[in-house]
Amino acid sequence: MSKTLFDKVWDAHVVKRIKNGPDVLFIDRHLVHEVTSPVAFLGLQNRKLDVLFPEKTFATADHNTPTKNQNLPIKDPLSAKQLQTLKLNSKKHKIPFWGLGHKKNGIVHVIGPENGITLPGATIVCGDSHTSTHGAFGAIAFGIGTSEVEMVLTTQCILQPKPKKMRIIINGKLNNYVTPKDVALYIISQISTSGATGHFVEYSGDVFEAMSMEGRMTVCNLSIEMGARGGMIAPDKKTINYVRDREFTPKGDEFLKLLKYWKSLKTENDATFDREYVFEGDKIEPMITYGTNPGMGTSISDGIPYSKDMNVNKETFLKSLNYMNYSEGDDLIGKKIDYVFLGSCTNGRIEDFRQFANFVKGKKKCPSVTAWLVPGSHNVHNEIVKEGIFDILTNSGFEIREPGCSACLAMNEDKIPSGKYVVSTSNRNFEGRQGPGARTLLASPIVAAAAAITGKITDPRIF
Amino acid sequence: MSYDKFINLTGTAVPLPIENVDTDQIIPARFLKATERIGFGDNLFRDWRYDENNNIKESFVLNNKSYSGKILVAGKNFGSGSSREHAAWAIYDYGFRCIISSFFADIFRNNCLNVGVLPVQVSPIFLEKIFQAVHENPQTYINVNLKKQKVSIVDIELSENFEINEYKKNNMLNGFDDIDYLLEMRDSIIEFSKNSPI
Repeated sequence: MSKTLFDKVWDAHVVKRIKNGPDVLFIDRHLVHEVTSPVAFLGLQNRKLDVLFPEKTFATADHNTPTKNQNLPIKDPLSAKQLQTLKLNSKKHKIPFWGLGHKKNGIVHVIGPENGITLPGATIVCGDSHTSTHGAFGAIAFGIGTSEVEMVLTTQCILQPKPKKMRIIINGKLNNYVTPKDVALYIISQISTSGATGHFVEYSGDVFEAMSMEGRMTVCNLSIEMGARGGMIAPDKKTINYVRDREFTPKGDEFLKLLKYWKSLKTENDATFDREYVFEGDKIEPMITYGTNPGMGTSISDGIPYSKDMNVNKETFLKSLNYMNYSEGDDLIGKKIDYVFLGSCTNGRIEDFRQFANFVKGKKKCPSVTAWLVPGSHNVHNEIVKEGIFDILTNSGFEIREPGCSACLAMNEDKIPSGKYVVSTSNRNFEGRQGPGARTLLASPIVAAAAAITGKITDPRIF
Repeated sequence: MSYDKFINLTGTAVPLPIENVDTDQIIPARFLKATERIGFGDNLFRDWRYDENNNIKESFVLNNKSYSGKILVAGKNFGSGSSREHAAWAIYDYGFRCIISSFFADIFRNNCLNVGVLPVQVSPIFLEKIFQAVHENPQTYINVNLKKQKVSIVDIELSENFEINEYKKNNMLNGFDDIDYLLEMRDSIIEFSKNSPI
């Protein structure tokens, strides 16, 4: 039977198929962070087990880290203990550890690709649902729970039933001011947050081919928000050029051997998918969400829909609008906002900062808006300075913070106050996600930039 | 970590007819700072159970004394969002052993199976029947029989079968976890790694 990209990578990693059960899947790269790993390490300790392949395991601190004064001791004792625990566990098991202050430190899904840990055709897991990000390279990458982190640490394998396959094709060309984030929010608004549950998605078509690697990462990152385990894009020249010569990318003959494998990673013409969606690129407009799940998104100029026009549970829909203090039929443009957050594993890469800076260049931040601009890694931060983006942003009244997950999940001090509105480039607008009572509007870096300048939800196309 | 076996459970249920309940609601991120698996049950649905001053919100179902039991019945797409296993721990630690819904998010479902909470997926119609029965009489008994893969509303003698793969079913029936299985395979895994493409 003809194989899809997903089949090829999956099948190459099956150690054993259990009859009427899951597959035993070999994992090439295991990324570890401070929040979902301590109980897994404790499990190893209790069972007196070791880490089977420390060289395939990489640890970083990101979820809990402050984004100001990282050189000073962490104030919150629980956060400090969690970071210290990861440091000790990494040392004990000889796992490379890029903790706070390390020059390679950053959000796990940003530093993986930056350092050549993420490779096409690999299987990659992490105790974090946005591991789907790495699918941009044609890897099978997905989030796992802590019990599974323990399994991978000690056996480098995981038990997984093979998911179903879905393809999302978008052809044509994107309009001005429409970014990969808008493409992903558009897809989720069309198929809902459970539309791809049970599936692994392959994105294909002109729109994804034309995207930069950063853009592809943004799209694959949000696969989980449509319910998919992960999403992937076939590796091409852009992918190979991105990974070539990065620190952990194999070199010389080993690279040439990999190149041969990577070139085979394409869905065959007559391969079939369990589900397929086709959308048109030029129909997509700048998007924003208005509710409390990422599927509650709309073109920024359309306003909030009426529940009667949607295939939704009315009670749940109205509960969500009530949390946002919005009503059915409201215009979104012109609504006041209080905060802007640029960052996260969704939109914390250099291209996102370029887009934001391009938009605000020569303009001034609205004085009533508090803006948190948090690079995904030190590497991104260095690039911001090198490209002159730092100066552009500073001249427009913005401050750049130190890297981390920050306000995306508000585990550190970066919490949006109760009742306040934030236009956020992150990935989840769940109740309380960015702080208890915080009201999140998910959008692209460009829509976030427009809101930061005007203090209101603003269509970037009017400038 | 081992857990109690799950064979057959009969009892009352707690209804939560909200859809798309995400793991940030089940356990907010600020409670993920622990380095041990202790005390997560207290913070289950924290921001729905308590207001910002830690006062009990009477309107939330877990605070409604009419409802209790080891079975949580929830609206569709339960457990979406983050991969945090802490969500499944919170549910287990609070005392639930089974969640019935018409649809579960993938990672959450896996996490539940790994910690000893049985996720039972039923048809939307059957889910509605359970909500109705429990709403009309909070003392309604629900029976979840894992061996027969059958869930029943005892009082009105209505039942439906549910799916679970043989391997996971066997684990739940015996209280086994995946690590035991994988550890037995360590040698063949090491052998496999020598020919892994990456």
